[in-house]
Amino acid sequence: MSVSAERELTLQDALRQKPAEPPAKAGDGPRILTIHIMGSRYEVPEGLTIMKAMEHAGYVFIRGCGCRSGFCGACATVYRTPGDYRLKVGLACQTVAEDGMMLTQIPFYPANKAAYDVERSRPTLGTLLTNYPELSRCLGCNTCTKVCPQDLQVMEYMAAAMRGDLTRVAEMSFDCLMCGLCASRCPAETVQYHVAILARRLYGRHIAPAAAHLADRMAEIEQHKFDAELDRLTGLSREEIKKLYDARDIEAEDEQEDE
Amino acid sequence: MPYSPEMQEAVGAVERSRTRRLKEVHPRLSPEEKQELLVKFHPDYRPDAQRELKVGSNRGDRMPVELVDVLEAKSRIDPDRFDLEAIDREVDILIVGGGGGGSAAALVAHAAGAKVLQVTKLRLGDANTMMAQGGIQAATKASDSPAIHYLDVVGGGGYVNHPELVKALVNDAPGIIRWLEQLGAMLNKTPDGTMESIHGGGTSRKRMHFARDYTGAEIMRTLRDEVRNQGVEVIEFCPVVELLLDEQGACAGAILYNFDTEQYLIVRAKTVILATGGFGRLHVSGFETTNHYGATGDGLIMAYRAGGKLVFLDATQFHPTGVAFPEQIVGQLVTEKVRGLGAQLVNSDGEQFVFPLETRDAVSAAIIRECRERIKGLTTITGRPGVWLDSPMIELIGGRGTVEKQLPAMFRQYSRFDINMAKEPILIYPTLHYQNGGVEIDERGETAVTNLFAAGEVSGGVHGRNRLMGNSLLDILVFGRRAAQAAVERAATVAPGRLSLDHVRRYNEEIEASGVAEHRNSPILLPMYGSREVASS
Repeated sequence: MSVSAERELTLQDALRQKPAEPPAKAGDGPRILTIHIMGSRYEVPEGLTIMKAMEHAGYVFIRGCGCRSGFCGACATVYRTPGDYRLKVGLACQTVAEDGMMLTQIPFYPANKAAYDVERSRPTLGTLLTNYPELSRCLGCNTCTKVCPQDLQVMEYMAAAMRGDLTRVAEMSFDCLMCGLCASRCPAETVQYHVAILARRLYGRHIAPAAAHLADRMAEIEQHKFDAELDRLTGLSREEIKKLYDARDIEAEDEQEDE
Repeated sequence: MPYSPEMQEAVGAVERSRTRRLKEVHPRLSPEEKQELLVKFHPDYRPDAQRELKVGSNRGDRMPVELVDVLEAKSRIDPDRFDLEAIDREVDILIVGGGGGGSAAALVAHAAGAKVLQVTKLRLGDANTMMAQGGIQAATKASDSPAIHYLDVVGGGGYVNHPELVKALVNDAPGIIRWLEQLGAMLNKTPDGTMESIHGGGTSRKRMHFARDYTGAEIMRTLRDEVRNQGVEVIEFCPVVELLLDEQGACAGAILYNFDTEQYLIVRAKTVILATGGFGRLHVSGFETTNHYGATGDGLIMAYRAGGKLVFLDATQFHPTGVAFPEQIVGQLVTEKVRGLGAQLVNSDGEQFVFPLETRDAVSAAIIRECRERIKGLTTITGRPGVWLDSPMIELIGGRGTVEKQLPAMFRQYSRFDINMAKEPILIYPTLHYQNGGVEIDERGETAVTNLFAAGEVSGGVHGRNRLMGNSLLDILVFGRRAAQAAVERAATVAPGRLSLDHVRRYNEEIEASGVAEHRNSPILLPMYGSREVASS
């Protein structure tokens, strides 16, 4: 579709204003919406997510579709709605299709990814800058925050990264899906989500205290402390093991963790 | 899509009984009650849900009809059209699958110095691993032990789990948590470093470790990052469409299909590890599913054609709490952690009807009974049944803000549709979640086919007939690592043989001879929603 035709469609959509038809009554089929997928016009029933609307239109996804539950970041989508100049974003599997929507997916973005040794790296600003020197180019424009489909404060965690506050980056970026929308819109060409996972792994490895009970348990396993008991259990008959299971004691729900 | 006035009225009954229910503990099912409930209401027991398989070594076994359909199918490739002398790639270990199991295997095999190729149908990390919210079990606390974990696993699994696999699972578990800690995965900890852990359905100790409600996502993105750091060679968007054997019938490689270029690639490998996941996207019994888009059971089918033995595939896991409303996200997972944090299941009268942390099969059956037999469920505007999961209880128990802090993914998912689950209960119904059985493996991950290993959901035996929450993230890492170790050792002794697709020819002939429908081809690779009614999520 040519650019001018695309614009014309947008204009038509904008002029159409809000739906004139009354809400669907019981027994009527769903209202039909018009959406534009990469410039092509399709009619789809109201109430579908963008992903299901695209499938309704006949798309069989290879790219741009993953977990279908808002966890994997495969279906980052950029769209506009009639009468609004702004670019909007969402995950196709979690965003409801709207009448007149014009959309495209960003299934892949060629982002810079550093290879590093998490074991030997120190949890410092220096490590972040060595791996991602472009970090310091951040302009503070906040575009990354505006496009995050998880509503994370991306620019703020980037600011924390530049202060070397890795704990804060780890906490603030934790819900990141690595969909790549932030990097796709960054005028400084930083890759926020790769900075974030580096910070999280450094935090997890070097800042968060190691679990003492886990180290103790590992020592016991290395000393084969549980082998004999496990061997005994694997040799029991179904009836014997059932008896043990039915008689097992269950840790109380309200028992507090030793903190 | 906030609640309609009718649904809001129904919420009232839940709110009115909440204070009383806070102190109320619903009795647990006795073993006899549980069995009766399962037989009467679990979807596995529906007479039309399963049929006998007519081809291959498991001939006569009953399995879900949707699975039998893809097993009783010819290969999607014509074996006569491939020149198997024209080998495109030669490696020590071919790892099929880009989820947690495949990635764990890739890291271990790569670290051992093997030449590894990891191939995946979609992206690296596109897998059910990414979606697992609730947690990962491991007996890391002094009050717990691998033996207690063992009992929970076999009791939950119906006492038919393969003991050596369970022993491996529970004894390796603390080491897996330690590995994740060393990789820098952010499992929840208290300020002194103690790992937080809670109960899950069927656990007798609070051994569910978690990373908020992004546990699988945190594990997957950490492993994926490390696979990339280590420079493991990964080929994405290239599903394996058939395994290759040598003259002795040992696995010796696979045929890949490049989705983009539509070209085939012949890979010769000394050992192959299947980590292709499960079959949720086959929509067994017409249920919605929590599963990843790529969960079409490809590995099961290819391993079966190659001579793998299938176990426990008549037992399908339905997760008790899938979204029943809003319609846009129907079938998606509401993590068991919601119940772990104190939310009760409540019917239309505002009453509890099952102890919330019974095993998943029992809770699912109880919800179906409440809707079908007792008619105490609700019906959404699109006609879907459901019962309430009283999530606001979590705030009363854990304090204000607990839902958003402990369940950010869930909270966000509902907020997108204008439902505040910290204040309003949510409507749920069972959804197809997990393939309990699969290709039989031994404790090193090897299948009945020499040099073919399997790990994770594609494999079967460790969970018996019913997997407990938090044992799948554990399973993929334990057996991904074990399969890799065994495959590396084996690869050192394997002399590459002549590649063959004779097993596929024989299977195709058997299909023809058996009189089952011949028009089907498998693996299907993608669920093809674009070409049919978009009813499922």
